[in-house]
Amino acid sequence: MIAVKNLHKSFGSLNVLDGLDIQALDQGIFAILGPNGSGKTTLIKCILGMVIPDKGSIQINGKEVLGEWAYRGSISYMPQIANFPPNLKVIELINMIKSLRPEAIHEEALIETFGLKDSLEKKLVNLSGGTKQKVNIVLTFMSDSPLIILDEPTTGLDPLALTSLKQLILQERDKGKTILITSHIMSFIEEMADEVVFLLEGNIFFNGTIDSLMKQTKARNLELAISTIIQNSND
Amino acid sequence: MINILIHSFYDLMRSKWSYVYFLFYLMLGFLLLFFNSDLSKSIITLMNVIVVLTPLIGTIFGAMYFYNSKEFVELLLAQPLKRRTIFLGQFFGLSLSLTLSLVAGLGIPFMVYGIFMSSDIFNFFTLLMVGSVLTFVFTALSYYIALSNDDKIKGIGFAILVWLFMAVIYDGLFLIFLVLFEEYPLEYASLGASMFNPIDLSRMLIILKLDISALLGYTGAVLQNFFGTSWGMLATSSMLLLWVIVPINRIVAKSKKKDF
Repeated sequence: MIAVKNLHKSFGSLNVLDGLDIQALDQGIFAILGPNGSGKTTLIKCILGMVIPDKGSIQINGKEVLGEWAYRGSISYMPQIANFPPNLKVIELINMIKSLRPEAIHEEALIETFGLKDSLEKKLVNLSGGTKQKVNIVLTFMSDSPLIILDEPTTGLDPLALTSLKQLILQERDKGKTILITSHIMSFIEEMADEVVFLLEGNIFFNGTIDSLMKQTKARNLELAISTIIQNSND
Repeated sequence: MINILIHSFYDLMRSKWSYVYFLFYLMLGFLLLFFNSDLSKSIITLMNVIVVLTPLIGTIFGAMYFYNSKEFVELLLAQPLKRRTIFLGQFFGLSLSLTLSLVAGLGIPFMVYGIFMSSDIFNFFTLLMVGSVLTFVFTALSYYIALSNDDKIKGIGFAILVWLFMAVIYDGLFLIFLVLFEEYPLEYASLGASMFNPIDLSRMLIILKLDISALLGYTGAVLQNFFGTSWGMLATSSMLLLWVIVPINRIVAKSKKKDF
Protein backbone atom coordinates (compact mmCIF):
# COMPACT_ATOMS: atom_id res chain seq x y z
CA MET A 1 0.00 0.00 0.00
CA ILE A 2 2.69 2.54 1.01
CA ALA A 3 6.26 2.32 -0.21
CA VAL A 4 8.97 4.90 0.42
CA LYS A 5 12.22 4.99 -1.55
CA ASN A 6 15.39 6.90 -0.79
CA LEU A 7 13.59 9.77 0.95
CA HIS A 8 15.77 12.77 1.83
CA LYS A 9 14.75 15.86 3.73
CA SER A 10 16.83 18.42 5.53
CA PHE A 11 15.81 21.62 7.27
CA GLY A 12 18.75 23.95 6.83
CA SER A 13 21.79 22.01 8.01
CA LEU A 14 19.70 19.51 9.94
CA ASN A 15 19.39 16.22 8.09
CA VAL A 16 16.06 14.78 9.22
CA LEU A 17 15.44 12.02 6.70
CA ASP A 18 18.54 10.48 5.21
CA GLY A 19 17.71 8.12 2.37
CA LEU A 20 14.81 6.44 4.13
CA ASP A 21 13.44 3.26 2.56
CA ILE A 22 10.27 1.50 3.64
CA GLN A 23 9.21 -1.64 1.81
CA ALA A 24 5.50 -1.82 1.20
CA LEU A 25 3.38 -1.46 4.34
CA ASP A 26 0.17 -3.35 3.65
CA GLN A 27 -2.84 -4.14 5.79
CA GLY A 28 -2.54 -3.87 9.55
CA ILE A 29 -1.51 -1.48 12.30
CA PHE A 30 2.01 -0.09 12.02
CA ALA A 31 3.60 1.85 14.84
CA ILE A 32 6.16 4.43 13.79
CA LEU A 33 8.51 4.79 16.74
CA GLY A 34 11.73 6.59 17.47
CA PRO A 35 13.28 9.09 19.87
CA ASN A 36 12.45 12.79 19.65
CA GLY A 37 13.79 14.28 16.43
CA SER A 38 14.18 10.95 14.65
CA GLY A 39 11.97 12.05 11.74
CA LYS A 40 8.63 10.39 12.59
CA THR A 41 6.51 13.47 12.06
CA THR A 42 8.53 14.53 9.02
CA LEU A 43 7.93 11.11 7.45
CA ILE A 44 4.19 11.33 8.09
CA LYS A 45 4.06 14.87 6.75
CA CYS A 46 5.95 13.81 3.62
CA ILE A 47 3.39 11.08 3.03
CA LEU A 48 0.63 13.68 3.41
CA GLY A 49 2.39 16.20 1.17
CA MET A 50 2.67 18.77 3.96
CA VAL A 51 6.45 18.65 3.90
CA ILE A 52 8.08 18.59 0.49
CA PRO A 53 11.03 16.14 0.41
CA ASP A 54 14.32 17.08 -1.24
CA LYS A 55 14.66 13.76 -2.99
CA GLY A 56 13.04 10.34 -3.20
CA SER A 57 9.69 8.83 -3.98
CA ILE A 58 6.55 7.87 -2.09
CA GLN A 59 4.08 5.51 -3.67
CA ILE A 60 0.59 4.78 -2.48
CA ASN A 61 -1.17 1.89 -4.21
CA GLY A 62 1.57 1.85 -6.81
CA LYS A 63 1.14 5.51 -7.75
CA GLU A 64 3.71 8.23 -7.18
CA VAL A 65 2.12 10.85 -4.92
CA LEU A 66 4.72 13.60 -4.53
CA GLY A 67 3.34 16.85 -5.95
CA GLU A 68 -0.16 15.40 -6.27
CA TRP A 69 -3.18 16.30 -4.15
CA ALA A 70 -6.18 14.13 -5.06
CA TYR A 71 -4.64 11.03 -3.42
CA ARG A 72 -5.21 12.62 0.01
CA GLY A 73 -8.86 11.68 -0.46
CA SER A 74 -7.82 8.12 0.43
CA ILE A 75 -6.03 9.16 3.66
CA SER A 76 -7.55 10.07 7.01
CA TYR A 77 -5.09 12.02 9.13
CA MET A 78 -5.40 12.85 12.78
CA PRO A 79 -2.99 15.65 13.73
CA GLN A 80 -1.29 15.80 17.10
CA ILE A 81 -2.72 19.11 18.28
CA ALA A 82 -6.43 19.50 17.89
CA ASN A 83 -6.72 23.20 17.21
CA PHE A 84 -9.67 24.29 15.14
CA PRO A 85 -11.16 27.62 14.00
CA PRO A 86 -12.41 28.95 17.34
CA ASN A 87 -15.66 30.51 16.19
CA LEU A 88 -17.04 27.58 14.20
CA LYS A 89 -19.50 25.20 15.81
CA VAL A 90 -18.58 21.50 16.02
CA ILE A 91 -21.32 20.54 13.58
CA GLU A 92 -20.14 23.18 11.08
CA LEU A 93 -16.59 21.84 11.21
CA ILE A 94 -17.84 18.30 10.65
CA ASN A 95 -19.97 19.43 7.72
CA MET A 96 -17.06 21.36 6.27
CA ILE A 97 -14.69 18.38 6.28
CA LYS A 98 -17.56 16.29 4.96
CA SER A 99 -17.92 18.61 1.98
CA LEU A 100 -14.20 18.34 1.20
CA ARG A 101 -13.97 14.55 1.13
CA PRO A 102 -14.87 12.44 -1.86
CA GLU A 103 -15.99 9.28 -0.04
CA ALA A 104 -19.07 8.40 1.98
CA ILE A 105 -19.16 9.86 5.48
CA HIS A 106 -20.73 8.25 8.54
CA GLU A 107 -20.44 10.51 11.54
CA GLU A 108 -23.62 9.79 13.55
CA ALA A 109 -22.43 6.58 15.23
CA LEU A 110 -19.11 8.17 16.18
CA ILE A 111 -20.78 11.23 17.67
CA GLU A 112 -22.91 8.87 19.75
CA THR A 113 -19.92 6.74 20.83
CA PHE A 114 -17.86 9.69 22.00
CA GLY A 115 -20.80 11.48 23.62
CA LEU A 116 -20.52 14.60 21.49
CA LYS A 117 -24.23 15.04 20.86
CA ASP A 118 -24.58 17.89 23.36
CA SER A 119 -21.46 19.63 22.06
CA LEU A 120 -22.49 19.81 18.40
CA GLU A 121 -23.94 23.29 18.66
CA LYS A 122 -21.08 24.62 20.80
CA LYS A 123 -18.28 26.71 19.41
CA LEU A 124 -14.92 24.96 19.33
CA VAL A 125 -13.31 27.67 21.45
CA ASN A 126 -15.54 26.64 24.39
CA LEU A 127 -14.55 22.95 24.34
CA SER A 128 -12.06 21.33 26.70
CA GLY A 129 -8.85 19.76 25.36
CA GLY A 130 -10.21 16.23 25.68
CA THR A 131 -13.47 17.09 23.92
CA LYS A 132 -11.53 18.72 21.09
CA GLN A 133 -9.53 15.51 20.77
CA LYS A 134 -12.82 13.58 20.52
CA VAL A 135 -13.92 15.91 17.72
CA ASN A 136 -10.55 15.21 16.13
CA ILE A 137 -11.26 11.45 16.31
CA VAL A 138 -14.71 11.86 14.77
CA LEU A 139 -13.27 13.93 11.91
CA THR A 140 -10.64 11.26 11.26
CA PHE A 141 -12.75 8.14 11.43
CA MET A 142 -15.98 9.40 9.87
CA SER A 143 -14.61 8.97 6.36
CA ASP A 144 -14.00 5.51 4.98
CA SER A 145 -10.39 5.86 3.79
CA PRO A 146 -8.13 2.85 3.16
CA LEU A 147 -5.18 4.57 4.88
CA ILE A 148 -5.39 6.09 8.37
CA ILE A 149 -2.58 8.07 9.99
CA LEU A 150 -2.77 8.88 13.71
CA ASP A 151 -0.26 11.22 15.35
CA GLU A 152 -0.32 10.77 19.16
CA PRO A 153 -4.03 9.85 19.16
CA THR A 154 -4.40 9.25 22.90
CA THR A 155 -3.55 12.77 24.11
CA GLY A 156 -6.04 14.07 26.66
CA LEU A 157 -8.55 11.22 26.40
CA ASP A 158 -10.39 9.83 29.41
CA PRO A 159 -10.29 6.02 29.92
CA LEU A 160 -13.73 5.50 28.42
CA ALA A 161 -12.89 7.43 25.26
CA LEU A 162 -9.54 5.65 25.07
CA THR A 163 -11.27 2.26 25.12
CA SER A 164 -13.65 3.40 22.39
CA LEU A 165 -10.69 4.64 20.33
CA LYS A 166 -8.89 1.30 20.64
CA GLN A 167 -12.03 -0.57 19.55
CA LEU A 168 -12.42 1.79 16.64
CA ILE A 169 -8.83 1.26 15.46
CA LEU A 170 -9.21 -2.53 15.68
CA GLN A 171 -12.50 -2.39 13.76
CA GLU A 172 -10.83 -0.43 10.98
CA ARG A 173 -7.97 -2.92 10.85
CA ASP A 174 -10.46 -5.75 10.47
CA LYS A 175 -11.82 -3.98 7.40
CA GLY A 176 -8.40 -4.49 5.83
CA LYS A 177 -7.10 -0.94 6.18
CA THR A 178 -3.56 0.30 6.66
CA ILE A 179 -3.14 2.24 9.90
CA LEU A 180 -0.02 4.19 10.90
CA ILE A 181 0.31 5.32 14.52
CA THR A 182 2.95 7.35 16.30
CA SER A 183 2.87 7.45 20.07
CA HIS A 184 5.18 7.71 23.02
CA ILE A 185 2.87 5.56 25.11
CA MET A 186 4.40 2.13 24.72
CA SER A 187 1.63 0.18 26.43
CA PHE A 188 -0.76 1.55 23.82
CA ILE A 189 1.57 0.52 20.99
CA GLU A 190 2.18 -2.90 22.51
CA GLU A 191 -1.54 -3.50 22.71
CA MET A 192 -2.42 -2.22 19.25
CA ALA A 193 0.41 -2.57 16.77
CA ASP A 194 1.03 -5.52 14.47
CA GLU A 195 4.39 -4.23 13.35
CA VAL A 196 6.90 -1.63 14.44
CA VAL A 197 8.88 0.70 12.20
CA PHE A 198 11.67 2.13 14.33
CA LEU A 199 13.36 5.27 13.04
CA LEU A 200 16.78 6.42 14.19
CA GLU A 201 18.62 9.42 12.82
CA GLY A 202 16.55 9.63 9.68
CA ASN A 203 16.73 6.01 8.74
CA ILE A 204 15.01 2.72 9.53
CA PHE A 205 16.64 0.96 12.44
CA PHE A 206 14.15 -1.86 12.78
CA ASN A 207 11.12 -3.00 10.85
CA GLY A 208 9.22 -6.07 12.03
CA THR A 209 6.83 -7.50 14.58
CA ILE A 210 6.96 -6.54 18.25
CA ASP A 211 7.91 -10.13 19.18
CA SER A 212 10.97 -10.14 16.98
CA LEU A 213 12.02 -6.75 18.37
CA MET A 214 11.76 -8.15 21.92
CA LYS A 215 13.80 -11.20 20.94
CA GLN A 216 16.45 -9.04 19.34
CA THR A 217 16.80 -6.80 22.39
CA LYS A 218 16.04 -9.49 25.00
CA ALA A 219 13.84 -7.03 26.86
CA ARG A 220 10.81 -7.83 29.04
CA ASN A 221 8.49 -5.33 27.41
CA LEU A 222 8.35 -2.90 24.53
CA GLU A 223 9.19 0.13 26.62
CA LEU A 224 12.43 -1.44 27.84
CA ALA A 225 13.24 -2.70 24.34
CA ILE A 226 12.86 0.77 22.88
CA SER A 227 14.83 2.36 25.72
CA THR A 228 17.65 -0.15 25.13
CA ILE A 229 17.82 0.73 21.45
CA ILE A 230 17.83 4.48 22.09
CA GLN A 231 20.47 4.13 24.80
CA ASN A 232 22.71 1.95 22.62
CA SER A 233 22.47 4.47 19.82
CA ASN A 234 23.55 7.26 22.15
CA ASP A 235 26.67 5.37 23.29
CA MET B 1 -11.91 27.49 -2.87
CA ILE B 2 -15.39 28.91 -2.28
CA ASN B 3 -15.90 26.35 0.47
CA ILE B 4 -12.77 27.44 2.40
CA LEU B 5 -13.62 31.07 1.73
CA ILE B 6 -17.10 30.74 3.20
CA HIS B 7 -15.86 28.99 6.31
CA SER B 8 -13.10 31.51 6.94
CA PHE B 9 -15.61 34.26 6.37
CA TYR B 10 -18.14 32.79 8.83
CA ASP B 11 -15.41 32.16 11.36
CA LEU B 12 -14.33 35.81 11.19
CA MET B 13 -17.83 37.21 11.10
CA ARG B 14 -18.33 35.68 14.54
CA SER B 15 -15.10 37.00 15.95
CA LYS B 16 -15.47 40.00 18.23
CA TRP B 17 -12.72 41.86 16.37
CA SER B 18 -14.84 42.09 13.22
CA TYR B 19 -17.52 43.77 15.34
CA VAL B 20 -15.06 46.11 16.99
CA TYR B 21 -13.81 47.16 13.55
CA PHE B 22 -17.37 47.52 12.26
CA LEU B 23 -18.50 49.54 15.29
CA PHE B 24 -15.45 51.80 15.00
CA TYR B 25 -16.39 52.81 11.45
CA LEU B 26 -20.04 53.10 12.42
CA MET B 27 -19.16 55.52 15.23
CA LEU B 28 -16.67 57.41 13.11
CA GLY B 29 -19.26 57.85 10.37
CA PHE B 30 -22.00 59.07 12.72
CA LEU B 31 -19.67 61.38 14.65
CA LEU B 32 -18.28 62.97 11.50
CA LEU B 33 -21.72 63.55 10.07
CA PHE B 34 -23.07 64.78 13.40
CA PHE B 35 -20.41 67.48 13.74
CA ASN B 36 -20.22 68.24 10.07
CA SER B 37 -23.37 67.43 8.16
CA ASP B 38 -21.77 68.34 4.84
CA LEU B 39 -21.39 64.98 3.12
CA SER B 40 -18.69 66.15 0.76
CA LYS B 41 -16.44 67.49 3.54
CA SER B 42 -16.98 64.36 5.60
CA ILE B 43 -15.77 62.29 2.65
CA ILE B 44 -12.50 64.23 2.54
CA THR B 45 -11.96 63.79 6.27
CA LEU B 46 -12.76 60.10 5.95
CA MET B 47 -10.27 59.74 3.12
CA ASN B 48 -7.42 60.71 5.41
CA VAL B 49 -8.54 58.13 7.95
CA ILE B 50 -9.16 55.37 5.43
CA VAL B 51 -5.90 55.55 3.49
CA VAL B 52 -3.96 55.00 6.72
CA LEU B 53 -6.29 52.88 8.82
CA THR B 54 -7.52 50.21 6.37
CA PRO B 55 -3.91 49.26 5.51
CA LEU B 56 -3.04 49.01 9.21
CA ILE B 57 -6.03 46.81 10.01
CA GLY B 58 -5.40 44.67 6.91
CA THR B 59 -1.78 44.27 7.96
CA ILE B 60 -2.53 43.23 11.54
CA PHE B 61 -5.44 40.92 10.68
CA GLY B 62 -3.57 39.33 7.75
CA ALA B 63 -0.59 38.26 9.85
CA MET B 64 -2.56 37.39 13.00
CA TYR B 65 -5.11 35.33 11.12
CA PHE B 66 -2.40 33.34 9.38
CA TYR B 67 -0.61 32.52 12.63
CA ASN B 68 -3.79 31.75 14.54
CA SER B 69 -5.14 29.42 11.89
CA LYS B 70 -1.93 27.48 11.44
CA GLU B 71 -3.19 24.22 12.95
CA PHE B 72 -6.41 24.52 11.01
CA VAL B 73 -4.42 24.98 7.80
CA GLU B 74 -2.57 21.78 8.68
CA LEU B 75 -5.90 20.01 8.97
CA LEU B 76 -6.88 21.34 5.54
CA LEU B 77 -3.53 20.40 4.03
CA ALA B 78 -4.29 16.77 4.84
CA GLN B 79 -7.52 16.95 2.82
CA PRO B 80 -7.72 16.37 -0.93
CA LEU B 81 -7.25 20.06 -1.77
CA LYS B 82 -4.67 22.00 -3.74
CA ARG B 83 -2.55 24.31 -1.67
CA ARG B 84 -3.65 27.26 -3.79
CA THR B 85 -7.28 26.52 -2.92
CA ILE B 86 -6.58 26.61 0.80
CA PHE B 87 -4.53 29.78 0.95
CA LEU B 88 -6.52 31.81 -1.54
CA GLY B 89 -9.72 30.69 0.16
CA GLN B 90 -8.45 31.93 3.52
CA PHE B 91 -7.09 35.14 2.09
CA PHE B 92 -10.32 36.07 0.31
CA GLY B 93 -12.42 35.06 3.32
CA LEU B 94 -10.39 37.40 5.50
CA SER B 95 -10.25 40.31 3.05
CA LEU B 96 -13.95 40.11 2.32
CA SER B 97 -14.93 40.10 5.98
CA LEU B 98 -12.74 43.17 6.65
CA THR B 99 -14.19 44.86 3.59
CA LEU B 100 -17.70 44.12 4.80
CA SER B 101 -16.95 45.74 8.18
CA LEU B 102 -15.70 48.85 6.36
CA VAL B 103 -18.52 49.09 3.84
CA ALA B 104 -21.31 48.39 6.35
CA GLY B 105 -19.74 50.52 9.09
CA LEU B 106 -19.49 53.62 6.90
CA GLY B 107 -22.42 52.81 4.64
CA ILE B 108 -25.04 52.85 7.41
CA PRO B 109 -24.37 56.39 8.75
CA PHE B 110 -24.04 57.85 5.27
CA MET B 111 -27.26 56.16 4.24
CA VAL B 112 -29.01 57.63 7.28
CA TYR B 113 -27.73 61.07 6.30
CA GLY B 114 -29.12 60.62 2.79
CA ILE B 115 -26.10 59.79 0.61
CA PHE B 116 -28.38 58.19 -1.98
CA MET B 117 -30.16 61.48 -2.54
CA SER B 118 -26.93 63.39 -2.88
CA SER B 119 -24.61 64.04 -5.83
CA ASP B 120 -21.75 62.83 -3.64
CA ILE B 121 -22.83 59.24 -4.02
CA PHE B 122 -20.14 58.44 -6.60
CA ASN B 123 -17.42 60.07 -4.53
CA PHE B 124 -18.54 58.01 -1.58
CA PHE B 125 -18.41 54.84 -3.66
CA THR B 126 -14.91 55.73 -4.82
CA LEU B 127 -13.87 56.12 -1.20
CA LEU B 128 -15.30 52.72 -0.25
CA MET B 129 -13.75 51.09 -3.32
CA VAL B 130 -10.34 52.50 -2.48
CA GLY B 131 -10.68 51.41 1.16
CA SER B 132 -11.61 47.90 0.00
CA VAL B 133 -8.72 47.68 -2.45
CA LEU B 134 -6.29 48.89 0.22
CA THR B 135 -7.64 46.21 2.55
CA PHE B 136 -6.93 43.56 -0.10
CA VAL B 137 -3.44 44.96 -0.83
CA PHE B 138 -2.24 45.07 2.76
CA THR B 139 -3.93 41.86 3.83
CA ALA B 140 -2.17 40.13 0.92
CA LEU B 141 1.19 41.71 1.80
CA SER B 142 1.03 40.76 5.46
CA TYR B 143 -0.37 37.30 4.72
CA TYR B 144 2.57 36.75 2.40
CA ILE B 145 5.01 37.99 5.05
CA ALA B 146 3.44 35.69 7.65
CA LEU B 147 3.66 32.78 5.21
CA SER B 148 7.37 33.49 4.71
CA ASN B 149 8.23 33.84 8.42
CA ASP B 150 7.61 30.99 10.84
CA ASP B 151 8.47 33.21 13.76
CA LYS B 152 5.27 35.01 14.77
CA ILE B 153 6.96 38.05 16.35
CA LYS B 154 9.23 38.53 13.36
CA GLY B 155 6.36 38.15 10.89
CA ILE B 156 4.02 40.59 12.62
CA GLY B 157 6.86 43.04 13.23
CA PHE B 158 7.96 42.96 9.62
CA ALA B 159 4.38 43.36 8.36
CA ILE B 160 3.83 46.42 10.56
CA LEU B 161 7.14 47.84 9.37
CA VAL B 162 5.95 47.55 5.77
CA TRP B 163 2.78 49.43 6.71
CA LEU B 164 4.78 52.11 8.54
CA PHE B 165 7.08 52.48 5.56
CA MET B 166 4.21 52.93 3.10
CA ALA B 167 2.08 55.13 5.36
CA VAL B 168 4.73 57.42 6.86
CA ILE B 169 8.38 56.84 5.98
CA TYR B 170 7.88 56.73 2.22
CA ASP B 171 6.46 60.27 2.10
CA GLY B 172 9.31 61.53 4.29
CA LEU B 173 11.96 60.01 2.04
CA PHE B 174 10.11 61.35 -0.94
CA LEU B 175 10.18 64.87 0.50
CA ILE B 176 13.91 64.66 1.26
CA PHE B 177 14.48 63.46 -2.28
CA LEU B 178 12.51 66.41 -3.69
CA VAL B 179 14.44 68.93 -1.58
CA LEU B 180 17.84 67.43 -2.37
CA PHE B 181 17.29 67.41 -6.12
CA GLU B 182 15.22 70.54 -6.41
CA GLU B 183 17.40 71.88 -9.22
CA TYR B 184 16.45 69.03 -11.49
CA PRO B 185 13.15 68.42 -13.30
CA LEU B 186 11.54 65.92 -10.95
CA GLU B 187 8.04 65.60 -12.39
CA TYR B 188 8.37 62.14 -13.84
CA ALA B 189 10.66 60.76 -11.19
CA SER B 190 8.17 61.73 -8.51
CA LEU B 191 5.29 60.44 -10.56
CA GLY B 192 7.11 57.11 -10.90
CA ALA B 193 7.91 57.03 -7.21
CA SER B 194 4.30 57.48 -6.15
CA MET B 195 3.29 54.50 -8.31
CA PHE B 196 5.25 52.26 -5.95
CA ASN B 197 3.20 53.15 -2.92
CA PRO B 198 -0.40 51.92 -2.82
CA ILE B 199 -1.32 54.45 -0.13
CA ASP B 200 -0.13 57.39 -2.26
CA LEU B 201 -1.90 55.92 -5.26
CA SER B 202 -5.18 55.67 -3.36
CA ARG B 203 -4.91 59.20 -2.07
CA MET B 204 -4.33 60.54 -5.57
CA LEU B 205 -7.17 58.47 -6.97
CA ILE B 206 -9.66 59.84 -4.45
CA ILE B 207 -8.48 63.43 -4.85
CA LEU B 208 -8.68 63.19 -8.62
CA LYS B 209 -12.20 61.88 -8.29
CA LEU B 210 -13.20 64.59 -5.82
CA ASP B 211 -11.53 67.14 -8.09
CA ILE B 212 -10.00 69.20 -5.28
CA SER B 213 -6.83 70.49 -6.86
CA ALA B 214 -5.83 72.32 -3.67
CA LEU B 215 -5.29 68.94 -2.01
CA LEU B 216 -3.61 67.31 -4.97
CA GLY B 217 -0.05 68.02 -3.94
CA TYR B 218 2.93 67.90 -6.22
CA THR B 219 2.65 64.42 -7.72
CA GLY B 220 -1.09 64.70 -8.00
CA ALA B 221 -0.73 67.90 -10.02
CA VAL B 222 1.88 66.31 -12.27
CA LEU B 223 -0.31 63.29 -12.70
CA GLN B 224 -3.36 65.34 -13.62
CA ASN B 225 -1.26 67.37 -15.99
CA PHE B 226 0.25 64.29 -17.54
CA PHE B 227 -2.77 62.08 -17.88
CA GLY B 228 -5.78 64.36 -17.46
CA THR B 229 -8.37 63.42 -14.83
CA SER B 230 -9.93 60.36 -16.45
CA TRP B 231 -6.71 58.83 -17.76
CA GLY B 232 -5.09 59.64 -14.45
CA MET B 233 -7.78 57.71 -12.63
CA LEU B 234 -7.39 54.81 -15.01
CA ALA B 235 -3.61 54.78 -14.53
CA THR B 236 -3.82 54.90 -10.73
CA SER B 237 -6.57 52.25 -10.63
CA SER B 238 -4.58 49.87 -12.83
CA MET B 239 -1.50 50.34 -10.66
CA LEU B 240 -3.58 49.66 -7.55
CA LEU B 241 -4.94 46.51 -9.15
CA LEU B 242 -1.38 45.38 -9.80
CA TRP B 243 -0.72 45.95 -6.11
CA VAL B 244 -3.43 43.36 -5.40
CA ILE B 245 -2.47 40.87 -8.10
CA VAL B 246 1.27 40.69 -7.46
CA PRO B 247 1.14 39.86 -3.71
CA ILE B 248 -1.61 37.27 -4.32
CA ASN B 249 0.60 35.74 -6.96
CA ARG B 250 3.46 35.60 -4.45
CA ILE B 251 1.18 33.94 -1.87
CA VAL B 252 0.39 31.16 -4.34
CA ALA B 253 4.04 30.67 -5.32
CA LYS B 254 5.24 30.67 -1.71
CA SER B 255 2.54 28.28 -0.50
CA LYS B 256 3.58 25.69 -3.06
CA LYS B 257 7.10 25.44 -1.70
CA LYS B 258 6.51 25.73 2.03
CA ASP B 259 6.87 22.90 4.56
CA PHE B 260 4.23 22.65 7.26
